Order: sequence, then C-alpha cells, then structure tokens
Amino acid sequence: MRKVYSKIESIAGNVITVKADGIKYGELAEVTTSFGKSLADVIRLDGDTVSLQVYSGGRGVSTGDEVRFLGHPMQVSFSDNLLGRIFTGSGAPRDNGPELTENMIEIGGPSVNPAKRIIPRNMIRTGLPMIDVFNTLVESQKLPIFSVSGEPYNELLARIAMQAEVDMIILGGMGLKYDDYLFFKDTLEEGGALSRTIFFVHTAADPIVESLLVPDISLAVAEKFALKGKKVLVLLTDMTNFSDAMKEIAITQEQVPSNRGYPGDLYSQLASRYEKAVDFEGAGSITILGVTTMPGDDVTHPVPDNTGYITEGQYYLKNGRIEPFGSLSRLKQQVNGETREDHRALMDGMIKLYAAYLESMEKKSMGFRMSDWDTKLLKYGVIFEKEMMDLTVNIPLEGALDKGWEILSECFTPEETGLKTDLLNKFWPSK
Amino acid sequence: MAVSKGKVIGVNGNMVTVAVEDVVSMNEVAYIEVGSQRLKAEVIRIKSDNAELQVFEMTEGIGIGDSVDFTEEMLSVELGPGLLGQVFDGLQNPLPKLAEECGFFLERGVYLGALPTDKKWSFTPAVKVGDSVEKADTIGTVPEGIFEHRIMVPFNCYDRYTVKEVVSAGDYTIKDIVAKLEDSKGNIVDVTMSFTWPVKRPISEYVERLRPVKPMVTKLRLVDTFFPVALGGTYCIPGPFGAGKTVLQQVTSRNADVDIVIVAACGERAGEVVETLKEFPELIDPKTGKSLMERTMIICNTSSMPVAAREASVYTAVTLAEYYRQMGLNVLLLADSTSRWAQAMREMSGRLEEIPGEEAFPAYLESTIASFYERAGRVRLKDGTEGSVTIGGTVSPAGGNFEEPVTQATLKVVGAFHGLSRERSDARKYPAIHPLDSWSKYTGILDETRTEIARSIILRGNEVEQMMKVVGEEGTSTNDYITYLKGDFVDSVYLQQNSFDPVDNSVSPERQDHTFNIMFDIITAQLELDTKENARTWFYQLRQKYIDYNGSDWQSESFKKLETEILAMIAEKKTGVDESLLAMQVEE
Ligand SMILES: Nc1ncnc2c1ncn2[C@@H]1O[C@H](COP(=O)(O)OP(=O)(O)OP(=O)(O)O)[C@@H](O)[C@H]1O
Ligand SMILES: [Mg+2]
Repeated sequence: MRKVYSKIESIAGNVITVKADGIKYGELAEVTTSFGKSLADVIRLDGDTVSLQVYSGGRGVSTGDEVRFLGHPMQVSFSDNLLGRIFTGSGAPRDNGPELTENMIEIGGPSVNPAKRIIPRNMIRTGLPMIDVFNTLVESQKLPIFSVSGEPYNELLARIAMQAEVDMIILGGMGLKYDDYLFFKDTLEEGGALSRTIFFVHTAADPIVESLLVPDISLAVAEKFALKGKKVLVLLTDMTNFSDAMKEIAITQEQVPSNRGYPGDLYSQLASRYEKAVDFEGAGSITILGVTTMPGDDVTHPVPDNTGYITEGQYYLKNGRIEPFGSLSRLKQQVNGETREDHRALMDGMIKLYAAYLESMEKKSMGFRMSDWDTKLLKYGVIFEKEMMDLTVNIPLEGALDKGWEILSECFTPEETGLKTDLLNKFWPSK
Repeated sequence: MAVSKGKVIGVNGNMVTVAVEDVVSMNEVAYIEVGSQRLKAEVIRIKSDNAELQVFEMTEGIGIGDSVDFTEEMLSVELGPGLLGQVFDGLQNPLPKLAEECGFFLERGVYLGALPTDKKWSFTPAVKVGDSVEKADTIGTVPEGIFEHRIMVPFNCYDRYTVKEVVSAGDYTIKDIVAKLEDSKGNIVDVTMSFTWPVKRPISEYVERLRPVKPMVTKLRLVDTFFPVALGGTYCIPGPFGAGKTVLQQVTSRNADVDIVIVAACGERAGEVVETLKEFPELIDPKTGKSLMERTMIICNTSSMPVAAREASVYTAVTLAEYYRQMGLNVLLLADSTSRWAQAMREMSGRLEEIPGEEAFPAYLESTIASFYERAGRVRLKDGTEGSVTIGGTVSPAGGNFEEPVTQATLKVVGAFHGLSRERSDARKYPAIHPLDSWSKYTGILDETRTEIARSIILRGNEVEQMMKVVGEEGTSTNDYITYLKGDFVDSVYLQQNSFDPVDNSVSPERQDHTFNIMFDIITAQLELDTKENARTWFYQLRQKYIDYNGSDWQSESFKKLETEILAMIAEKKTGVDESLLAMQVEE
C-alpha cells in the first residue's frame, strides 16, 4: 500500500515537487493528470521536498493532480515476449499489443567489471565492403555513424541490421521522425527480421524526457539477453537528439552549461551508455551502432566530439558513402588478421592508392599537367568509388577482396600497387 | 574514539547532504547505510551542522533519514608488499578479486582489502633492538618480485622511536607485527608490513628534491631525440580523439626505462585496460627477464564507473607511485586522461553550485592540476639513495582545440609537451606528435644543436611543400625540391615509428644516436642530384632502404648490409656539406 499525494507544490518545466516522506532517490512515481497517467522519477531529495521528473512533461500537470510512489526505480519487463514488439521510451506498448508486466528488471544497472572483459575477437559481417574490408565491425564494439543530416544514415543502419549475423536487434529511436520509424518497421518486416527485433521508439512528437530513457531501457534489455547467450546488436538513432534532450532539460533546471549549452557531464552520460557494449565470456554480447548527426557537418561540435572520445572509432557518412578517411574501426586489427591473408595488405594498399587519386584530382582541378601515373589513378578512383564505396554494393568479404584485386589489375601493373611480391603472385588475376 | 554519526537530509545526483551530530572533518570518509549496503563517500564541504558528501557509488535508493557513519579517516590507500601486478579501481579495490566475489558486474558497496593477507613474505630485518628510528626509516625488507620492498616506519608516526623488538628473519604476513617501537613518551607502537596513507597528501619523506636532469628513455625516437622526458619530470600529451594518445602511453608503459609503471586509466574505455591486462602478463621485460606485469600496477576507473571515484583515482595512483619512490626506485605514472579527472571536478563543482570559471570548470582547476603534477620529482632519500616519480598525462581537449582550460593549465606546469595533431594521425603518421609545435625543457640523449638543425630542415621542407601546392612542382626549383625531400625523409624514417613492428617499436638510445647521425649526414649534405625526377627517385630508394634498416635487428647481418648500401648511396651523391642548413634554427 503506497501513499498517494495530491498536492503538487511546484511545477517548472518537466519537474514537479511534492512533500513526502520515506521516498528513495531514483524511485518511480505515477502522476495522474486529466490527460492520463505518466511515470516520473525522483531526481532530487531535499528534506521532505521531493523533485520528480515527469516523463510526459510538465505541460498540463495541475497542482491538484495525484502522485503515487511505486517503491521501486524504473523497470522494464524482460522475456521473449518482447520480441517483435514496439514500445515507447518508458516501456509502454505502442503497437496495440498487451502491456508486459512479468519479470520486471531495473534499467541503468552497474557497469561490467573491467577484469571480466575479454579482448574482442569476432568479426560482424555486413556485406558492405567499406566496412568489412576497410573498417571491420567487431562483436562488442561501440561505433557511431557520424553523419550530416540528410544523409541516408537510417537506411544504412537498417541495412546493417538486416545483414549482420546477430541473434537479435534492439532498435532505440530518439526523436525519430514518424516516417523513419515506419521505414524501420517495414524494412525489418519485409526482411523477415521483425520477429527477432525489439523497438523502443521515441518519436519527435513524444515528450522529451522519454527520449532520455531510450538508451537505458534498450541496453538493459540487451544486457539480459546477452547474459542468456544472445548476440545482440543495439541500434541507437539519433544520439544527437538524446544529447539535445539532455541539454534542454539541464537548461530548464538551470544547470551551468559547459560547452554550447550542453551539461558538463555530457561525456559521462554518453559513456555510461556506450560502455554497455561488451562480450560476456561464456555468454552473449552487445554491439552498439549509433547515429550521431553532426550539426553543420562539424566534427568538433560537442556531441560528435564527446562521442569520438568514447567510441571505438566511427563511420563517417558523407555524400551517400562511407568515407575511407574520416572512418576508423579501432578494433579492426583484432580480427582482420585472421580473415584472409591478403585482407590487411589489400586494405592498406587500396586506401593508399585512393589517397593518391584524391591528390591527382586536386592537381587536376588546379590545372596542373596530368602524368601517366595521374591518369591511371584517375581511372582507379572512379572504379573504386563505384565498385567499393557505393552503398548499394552488397558482397561478402571474400568477394570484395577478389573484386579489389580485379580493380587493381584493371588499372595498374603489379609493381605499381606497392603490394608484397608473395601476395601478388598468389592473388593477381591472370588474364 | 568519538566517531560521528549523521542522517541523510538531501540527495542530488551523487551528492548527499547529511545532518551531523558531532565533529566532522573535511575529506573525511563516511559510509551511508542503504538497506544492507554501505556506500563509501567523502566529505567535500561543511556548512554549519551539515556535511556535503560526494558518494563513490550510484546513489539510487538513498532516502531521507538513512544513517551515515563517519570514520575520522581521510580517503586513504593501503601501502605494503603485494601491490605490484595488481589491478585496482580508483579506490584501490582489487578488481579481479571483486570479480571472483560478484561476477560480471561491479556491485556497489563491496570493498575489499587491497593487499593479500594470507601471503607470506620473506622478511629480513634491517634494524636491531635499541636502534633509534623515525618515519620512513627501513625496518626490514622483503623481496617483492624483482624488487627489495622496504618495510618502513609508517609515514604518520611523527615521533622518534627506539626499537624494542624486531622479529628475526622469516616468513610473515602483512598483518603480523614485525617490530615494536617505543616513542618518546614510552608508548609502544606495533609495526606491521602495511599501513595506510591519505591519497590527497603528498608523501614527502626525503632530504631534498633534485632537478630532473637524467633522460627517461622511452625508446621512441621522436621523444628521446627531439622532445625528451626526464626522470622525475612531467609531460603531457594533448590530442583530439583517435590521434594516438592511448597507444603512445601503452608503448611507453612497455618500453620506458624505469623500475615501475603505474597506469591510471581515468575515465576512458574499459576495453583499453583489458588489452594491457591480458597482454602484460605474457610480455617479457627484456631488462629483467620477467613478465611486464611484475613491474606494473593498473588503477582503473573507466568512463562508466562512478565519477567521484574517478576524481580519487589519480590521487590513488600518485600515492602508490610516491610509496615505491621511497624505496629508491624510478616510478612512471601514466594518466589517461587528465581531462576526465578535470571533468569529474567540474561535475562536483556544479553540484556544489560553485561559481563556474571558463567552460564551467571550477576556479581552482589550475591550482589543482599544478599541485598534482608537483607530486612528480626526483628526490634524495634519507639513506642517500635517489628515487623519482615521473608523470605523463594525456589531455583530451574539446574539439581537439588546445586553447581550452585543461590543456592550458597543464602546459603551464609540465616540462614537456607532446602535442598530437589530427593532420598527422589522419595521414597515419604515427606517433602523431607534431614535430614543430611540441617542446621539451629537458635534456635529451642527443646533441641539441644537431636535433634543432634537423627540426629546422623539417620546417623548411614543410614550407616548400606548402608553396608547391600553389605553384606546382614545375614552379619549384630543384634545390627547394631537394629540401622538401629531405624534410620528408626525416619524417618518414625517423619521426614516424611503427608501434606494431617487432623491431622498430622500441629503439635503444645507442641505436637512435647511430641512425640519427647517418640521417643527419644525408640531410645536411650537398647532393649531386640534377633533376627533380632524379632527386625523387634517389630519395625514395634511400627511404625504402632506411625503413628496412629500421626494421632489422640492431647489428644483425641484414642491418649491417643495409647500412653499407645506404652509406654507399650517400657516398655516390654527396659532394659536401650544405653550410646554409647548418646555420638554420627553428623560429620558436
Ligand atoms: N603508433 C601507432 N601506430 C599505429 N596505429 C596507431 C598508433 N597510434 C594510434 N594508432 C591508431 O589510432 C587509433 C586510435 O589511437 P588511440 O586509441 O591511441 O587514440 P586516442 O588519442 O587515445 O583517442 P581517444 O582520445 O579517443 O582515447 C588506434 O586504434 C590505432 O588504430
Ligand atoms: Mg585514448
């Protein structure tokens, strides 16, 4: 029997205060307003004054509304019944399915003991040469897609989700456009992946506080599945919206901003989510692919900047392609030594030649004379962009490596590639 | 003992306000009782009858009225044999043991002893009954791995003592009493092999501080030759994300010519600690023939661990460093990243509603950074031996821009600056230390006039390169073009060093001296190269040979063969020395 309080003392932004006893920090409450019920959690205790953050926002809350404390922190149901379902950021169904209340687990739990972690060792295949060959994705990696707005980042996420060899997918959407939400749903449905997917979706029209819950709720569920042996891929789009929600809330709470309005703990907040990526020895794993849109294509903007300091590399999406230079998978060397003997050498060699192509392009645009070598590079660059970089290309790693040799042999003599003789002998296509 | 108690009256994030019944002191440790858990916290402000505590754990579940026990002790670490090879969190909890107890996750409120209590150490007394001793004097020694671990009179024994009893040589645990000392008032003090010391108070048991004049060899050419670090000195590595700060510290932690390395992973990725953790036990230290782990300690408070403990972790690390320095050892502390530590301070300051300074960092940021680096130093101990603590910290400036409070405050106090550049790391030129922006106030292993000339040639080469971008190769004179090739040559064969190559990853001072001289001969030579095409071909050939040379074992057959070929190539084209280059200096 929990007590119900019916006198709200103050309402400011999304935060209300009530006078109450015996309340714990982080505890959940249910606020009943004329618009319906909303969850709220305790964000500050000061004597008997309890401050609560209302998930559906402060708008429409009246001082006479009821607040009922639930005696536990934010929870979510965990079972196989979640699969194929779609929920809001606070865990309510948004697909007309039944509400789930069995086996409730807490969200935002403790972090993994570093001594229990293992060195990542498995590649995740995506069918995209720019990832598989040049910046291999590794199981348990945390990696964002840095993208200018307007780029097809959600299409890219959906494609990776469809093709990645994982047991299940959790999609956390923050500030998602409704169309994008439907796009994900349709794509996964068509691909037959819906039954191994769980959605936690906050759309741009939903209350802002709920967007803050999306990563935690998604990752809490992912963690439980991983502990049960599942390889889970968590997609978080868009973490810039998540950060902006944090900024908005911090400002309404009059916290001192540190950098362009963002709160001083932006780094810690982002890190505590991304660090949930893990490979449990003897059980499953969590791999996190996020989207970080860069306002004004500016990598030094606080959100991409702090993200870069946290994640294990980034995929840089620009002009509809994964850029080979801004992109980096910091874990690739853990796995690309064991795929095929030509993988690393081909990766380095082709990128060096592509860099040389860009230099020739620059010279050309400045009107300098093109040497024979420049001409060869120009031919190479065009083919490389079309056959490797284009996002519609979809081939397994081995096919992509073979294709790499073909492209090289089409444009250069073996010596010109700078690749080692033994590899050339073995892999150079004979005509 | 009148230990105070209190009750929680407010919770805001990881800050808890407590009404206190009795005396409390600043930085005192307290435990908040939450159900069956006891959460560790530290007093960070006192306001009339209320104490404000930063909690080293997540604060969910704390309620008004929860009781708080104060301990009268400041946040401290346990000192004694058995620290080496361990992996601690920021509060000196041994993480592998914690894993045995709690499994995959860091359950809050579980605190374990830092030192093994059941292990027996072979103690050899160094004093006899009747001897007069004071704090930090050696009572005996035990072998800890490859070191003689000194069992000292605890540093918080402020009297003069007479040895009343001392155990005979034999095996003892850290809890056994090894000596009984009598103070000037006739009280007996029991001495065991371990004691505690507050982390925020420097250990200053030495006769004098000495100038850091001896180079600390890192086996990185760019550092030892151009921007050296001294034993007992300080240096910082600022750089944008992904520029190579962590890799640089990892190779330094392997190769640095010091006795002990302490790695403080402060608010960074857990995965990076795992690499060290799994690799070091397998790696053999060429100097000792033992596993590298035997000379290493890891303090790790990674980014998702509680922020208050992150603030403490750098102090834990430096206190352990000072302790081993007291044994006449050279200790290197590598902190990655000091920006995360500064941010932890900023978060706390924000909760305390202090008046913010630049970028919301607290006003005391600069003095706190300065006093942290001040704990480095080379000292002469009371027994005449020397010990040192060297501190190297990475800095992660927002947006990679060095004009920000943490980088600027750090640059004011350190002795060397290894600035990483995005441009160089994007071009995969590792280590990405910028050869022109970086500096060091320490003396290196090579003659400085010569290294400065080499640096000025890089600068000149760089200027020509920039010019060429505008006027093209056609518009550049052959002479200028050769200067460009020379600068590029230094960069490719000397500045860049492949951290993943079995030979090139660590280069002895002897070898640095040797290969620098040959390179110096090339870049200061007047060369008979008449066309740009010829110059380019010649330099590219030479470069290829030099890279192979760098990759071959010191004084091996292939090393000697390649050297002969290189010398022959030089002899063929060198017509004299370019005096104009020798006269050049880098404009600071
Ligand atoms: N010396 C090196 N040799 C080869 N590759 C390197 C070297 N240094 C860095 N790299 C590459 O750059 C990547 C990032 O390096 P590192 O983790 O040291 O960056 P960082 O500066 O610590 O970044 P952050 O601030 O995000 O922690 C590495 O994963 C590696 O791929
Ligand atoms: Mg790093």
